[in-house]
Amino acid sequence: MKRYSAFAIAREALRNHTGWDRAWASPEPKKRYDVIIVGAGGHGLATAYYLGKNFGITNVAVLEKGWLGGGNTGRNTTIIRSNYLQDPSAAIYEKSRSLYETLSQDLNYNIMFSPRGVIMLAQTEHEVRGYKRTAHANALQGVKTEYITPKRVKELVPIIALDGPRYPVLGGLWQARGGTARHDAVAWGYARACSAMGMDIIQRCEVTGVTRDGGKVTGVTTTRGDIGCDKLGIVVAGHSGHLADMAGFRLPIESVALQALVSEPIKPCMDVVVMANTVHGYMSQSDKGEMVIGGGADGYNNYTQRGSFHHIEETVRALIETFPMISRLKMLRQWGGIVDMTGDRSPILSKTPVDGVFINCGWGTGGFKAIPGSGWAMAELMAKGTSPLADAFSLGRFREGRFIDESVAAGVAH
Amino acid sequence: MTTRLATGGRLLDRGRSVSFTFNGKRLSGVEGDTLASALLANGQMLMGRSFKYHRPRGVVASGAEEPNALMNLGSGGRFEPNQRATTQELFDGLEAASQNHWPSLEFDIGAVNSHVSRFLPAGFYYKTFMAPRPAWKHVFEPFIRQSAGLGRAPKERDADVYEHAYLHVDVLVVGGGVAGLTAARAGGLSGASVLLVEQTGHWGGRAPVDGAEIDGQGAEDWIASAVTELEAMPNVRLQTRTMGAGVYDHGYALVYERLTDHLSDKTGPRHRLWKIRARHIVTATGAIERPLSFAANDLPGVMLASAVRDYVVNYGVSPGDRTVVVTNNDDAYRTALALKEAGLEVPAILDARLEATGALPEAARAAGIRVLTGRGIAKVKGRRAVEGVAICAQAGEGAVLEEIKCDAVAMSGGWSPVVHLWSHCGGKLNWDDAGAFFRPDPSRAPTGADGTAFVTVAGTANGHLLTAEAIADAHEAGKAAAKAAGHTATRKAAPKATSEVEAPMAPVWMMPQGAGAALRQKMWLDYQNDVKVSDVQLAAREGFESVEHTKRYTTLGMATDQGKLSNINGLAILAGSLNAAIPQVGTTTFRPPYTPISMGAIAGEARGELFQPLRRTPLHDWHEANGAVWEPVGAWRRPYTYRKPGEATEDAVAREITATRASLGLLDASTLGKILVKGPDAGRFLDMLYTNMMSSLAIGKCRYGLMCSENGFLMDDGVVARLSDDAFLCHTTTGGADRIHAHMEEWLQTEWWDWKVYTANLTEQYAQIAVVGPNARKVLDKLGGMDVSKETLPFMAWADGALAGHAVRVFRISFSGELSFEVAVKANEGRALWDKLLDAGAEFGATPYGTEGLHVLRAEKGFIMIGDETDGTVIPQDLGLGWAISKKKDDYIGKRAQERSHMTDPARWKLVGLETVDGTVLPDGAYAVGDGVNENGQRVTQGRVTSTYYSPTLARGIAMGLVLDGPDRMGEVIDFASLDGTGTVVKTKIVDPVFFDKAGEKQNV
Repeated sequence: MKRYSAFAIAREALRNHTGWDRAWASPEPKKRYDVIIVGAGGHGLATAYYLGKNFGITNVAVLEKGWLGGGNTGRNTTIIRSNYLQDPSAAIYEKSRSLYETLSQDLNYNIMFSPRGVIMLAQTEHEVRGYKRTAHANALQGVKTEYITPKRVKELVPIIALDGPRYPVLGGLWQARGGTARHDAVAWGYARACSAMGMDIIQRCEVTGVTRDGGKVTGVTTTRGDIGCDKLGIVVAGHSGHLADMAGFRLPIESVALQALVSEPIKPCMDVVVMANTVHGYMSQSDKGEMVIGGGADGYNNYTQRGSFHHIEETVRALIETFPMISRLKMLRQWGGIVDMTGDRSPILSKTPVDGVFINCGWGTGGFKAIPGSGWAMAELMAKGTSPLADAFSLGRFREGRFIDESVAAGVAH
Repeated sequence: MTTRLATGGRLLDRGRSVSFTFNGKRLSGVEGDTLASALLANGQMLMGRSFKYHRPRGVVASGAEEPNALMNLGSGGRFEPNQRATTQELFDGLEAASQNHWPSLEFDIGAVNSHVSRFLPAGFYYKTFMAPRPAWKHVFEPFIRQSAGLGRAPKERDADVYEHAYLHVDVLVVGGGVAGLTAARAGGLSGASVLLVEQTGHWGGRAPVDGAEIDGQGAEDWIASAVTELEAMPNVRLQTRTMGAGVYDHGYALVYERLTDHLSDKTGPRHRLWKIRARHIVTATGAIERPLSFAANDLPGVMLASAVRDYVVNYGVSPGDRTVVVTNNDDAYRTALALKEAGLEVPAILDARLEATGALPEAARAAGIRVLTGRGIAKVKGRRAVEGVAICAQAGEGAVLEEIKCDAVAMSGGWSPVVHLWSHCGGKLNWDDAGAFFRPDPSRAPTGADGTAFVTVAGTANGHLLTAEAIADAHEAGKAAAKAAGHTATRKAAPKATSEVEAPMAPVWMMPQGAGAALRQKMWLDYQNDVKVSDVQLAAREGFESVEHTKRYTTLGMATDQGKLSNINGLAILAGSLNAAIPQVGTTTFRPPYTPISMGAIAGEARGELFQPLRRTPLHDWHEANGAVWEPVGAWRRPYTYRKPGEATEDAVAREITATRASLGLLDASTLGKILVKGPDAGRFLDMLYTNMMSSLAIGKCRYGLMCSENGFLMDDGVVARLSDDAFLCHTTTGGADRIHAHMEEWLQTEWWDWKVYTANLTEQYAQIAVVGPNARKVLDKLGGMDVSKETLPFMAWADGALAGHAVRVFRISFSGELSFEVAVKANEGRALWDKLLDAGAEFGATPYGTEGLHVLRAEKGFIMIGDETDGTVIPQDLGLGWAISKKKDDYIGKRAQERSHMTDPARWKLVGLETVDGTVLPDGAYAVGDGVNENGQRVTQGRVTSTYYSPTLARGIAMGLVLDGPDRMGEVIDFASLDGTGTVVKTKIVDPVFFDKAGEKQNV
């Protein structure tokens, strides 16, 4: 892998950029691999990357039905934070956030991690108490957060209206080291690094079945032939139920479309990420200048990756109350992505009833921020059979009632 | 030099001059101008700067597809960034300013990017700016943000208002060109109700400019008579300045009407967002001309041939004195002829095809225009404006054969049907080799719930570029749509159009075909985002082979025009780089809206006071007038406390609590949920809903009940009163009323649909007043009308009766530990009863109290509060509420879940009272720390605070909390972590959660 740098760009500029290599190879599938990961989204690619980097397992294929990074990795609103309430959540999201801090350097690919800070607005007394509680919990979890006053909120977000007629801003939970990153680049950076380690990323290769011998996985059937493996990782947000069905087990997952939109680009006007959970909206400004807006999930189960309008309307209303100036902006584009929702709104990182099959799903509306941590933990789980970051998120917790409920502190979790 | 021509301009009213400003300069245009045409008329070709390289840019197009001429419009509360000058109609007093430059449009420092552009290819930022690490946040990112971003951010609150409108129609026709008019006519004649919308201010689309003949009339005359005919049909509704923005499932369409954007007078709604339910949708959205990719095709003065023609014919504006036309099809010859007819020079037509022999080329030759075939542009000459073109062979590598001086270039790379609305809801496309464009595949249409297609595409949008074909197609589309909506299609004939026969176009994706790297780095595909042919080729080389990857890596098609001009050209370059056929590469996804729509319109009327309107109890105005400090609770506002003049909030709370414990307090409890559950199976239903047994409750009695989720967690609580054999009144928490009602209905409708139970949410039908304190009974006796003695109305009983002449229902229940009556009265009598209670209670010092007083009173008694002691992870057993869980029932919602191993684990966090050793108030949300750290390095915890208050009754801090094995650890002192960052802890004793009147004597009097 040729290193990327300003010097490399200058060198290539002199020969009209004809010397750049492919970012990742496009190999034919081999007959078998030690590990197959299904799904070349952020989580799948990160899993493969840390299998190689942390455990030296590089005989790995990542199979992708469409194009890599084309699911929720390329559809989310790019928020990164770790100010979660429950211990297992805070542990994995904080691991993830800290990996994001150095990910550009680690991958030699600028994923544009922007630690611009994230505010979660408290707009009811209930939220005030909830976020104070989160701040207390975070302090003990080693996550740096702070409960801030409305005055400080206004300093950080000059375009905010503190005194909306309906939900005045009463305070906020501030994580200065949260922020955003360039979502596509995360997938691309991991893909390039995996490819450089000799792993095969195989796009346009749809898995059609999981082959088993006794209770153990032996491989997968795909649109590009049968491929054998010792271990299989299913990392396919939005289609987890399908893949689990192929492997012969069921998941406590519902799939719904989550809605998002962007405005036309404007000059910088908001430097931080603001989440308003009471009114169900959140907003940040991309480096291009677009206001990136996320809203609610459709109220019905669905596999269609399309925008619907009713939630957009509610979200925009809520955000105009919070940021009156956006009323004069225009919506450029709206879209939807399919999110896996579990009963406790926390993910599943787990062994499964099939020996050798592991699953990583259920990140709901907040998976992007978890990509590096999720890959790290999933790789450890697949390599060693256990991982302190993953163990609390096992499938068994639903049977035991050991929920990790994050809706506690926030109406919606993103 | 662009200027106003002495004659022409079919859309102008030359007698009416319009005054406007551009970058502060006062200019004048003519009624009927767009901002773009008026600027051209004033010699202003330079209209903006591009996004990345800050290249000088002029207008390219004449409609919604414009990528360059974006303006800051208006000022103050009516300021708006990124408005397209081509679609903005001119009005008196319009203020426009160009964007994305500093210090000025003419001299932009950012243009330095253009000079180093070879170092800034597609995706360069992924490969650099990585060291030193903090530099991204502090140096590179701020610089990138500042130089990107186009328009200025609005600063003020929007001065305009918006509204939503709703319409059900048989057929929605989008697009008011000749195809749309024809389709609407066919639909209307078939008896369907039709809505026809047109995004611009006038009907007929391109036909009057292109000069077709329909039914023996000129296009202009035919359009006028078609509109007259449609206006006379009562079942047809026509709207201009109204755009089809999006198509969604089940024939749902968003339509965006602009009411005042073109007027000086801004009164009334600015935009109206129509939500249409159509049985069938016809999209007659026309086609958009494609640019050609030749070097320096982004210089101001290089325009689409159709746009040049529009400016000359529609607006009487010349884009230049000498215009070279470059094309791969016959249509662009119309532009040459129109220029010639307007008295302007056309030094040459460069036709990339090897021959040009059709009627239009012949007409051009006959008009004395030099036609060069097999030729293209090697390079446009000039730095900030077109000065000439270097001509080359299209088949070659760009060797210059000749240079021609000119000040404008009209280019045409062919046409692409507008398929956005078709594609929004899943319609698929086929590649058309002859036209070199994607067209809708009718066999893969968007389908409704019954599996039949609900969108039909008509006319040019359907790939029929010739007027005669387009009209015939649209007539059939209109008939088919009416038929799909259940009408009998009209038997009237389609209008008949004639148009010149055109020779086939020849796809030209790069000009010249063999251009070298130097030229390819100057061929723009996406003007606004500065994506060039070389960028797409680089993306392909680096493995970004999926069209979505290429788009995201290069930003092709991601600008405010969403690739209307660039997408097909970009795809073709990508396909060429990959040696693949264009249809194999596919398109990116079309997403709503068609062009950007205002956030204001999306929000509609629901803003300010109308955004989630407040719910008001019958006593709201009294609270407001008496010093209420409001607290939002659900959609309600409840008084947190009532502050007297000069009183601090916490003092007011303490006063209210003390008065209530000592004598008499009054609480507006109207917001508590009141859900009537009635029917022969009501008891059975409530037995499933609550953990308690409700079917055994006697008529006239009340019972405190708990409701759990399927997962076993406590979700709501409240008092249930049995009204009759088959009717129960269930009280819920304030925030829970709607949720619990929906929860009940969900179970009734999806699981127990055969049970005979109805529910009704009566919350707002009653005002409910809690009369609380040792003198509560006395004040009711004073009002008179019913017996509320201990014997007649014991604790946990209810009775109907009268008080002071009001029909009331009195519940003898208590959430404070005091003698307490909750009096329900018809909502419209609530205020009168409240006033009478205050009057009668005056001698007892009757004191209204708010939610904070309520909270402290209940905490002193150890009563739990949903949302404080519960958070969705707590089961009743954790809260010492095992007594409220019936052991006799086979089942209730949550029972199975509560039997899971973690739920029955004795080592759970359980409810206790907490008292700080020093008597202070524990911090809200604090955690009790245990020993050491867990395997993830987090401090081990053993409990947390759920409620914490200052108790004026006990004159100390009291708290409730959940602590590991808490009830077995009474008297133990544990450490709660403070948040001051110093690691200090608050020493706290575990105590019984009932702090006051442990025997419960006060409420049983």
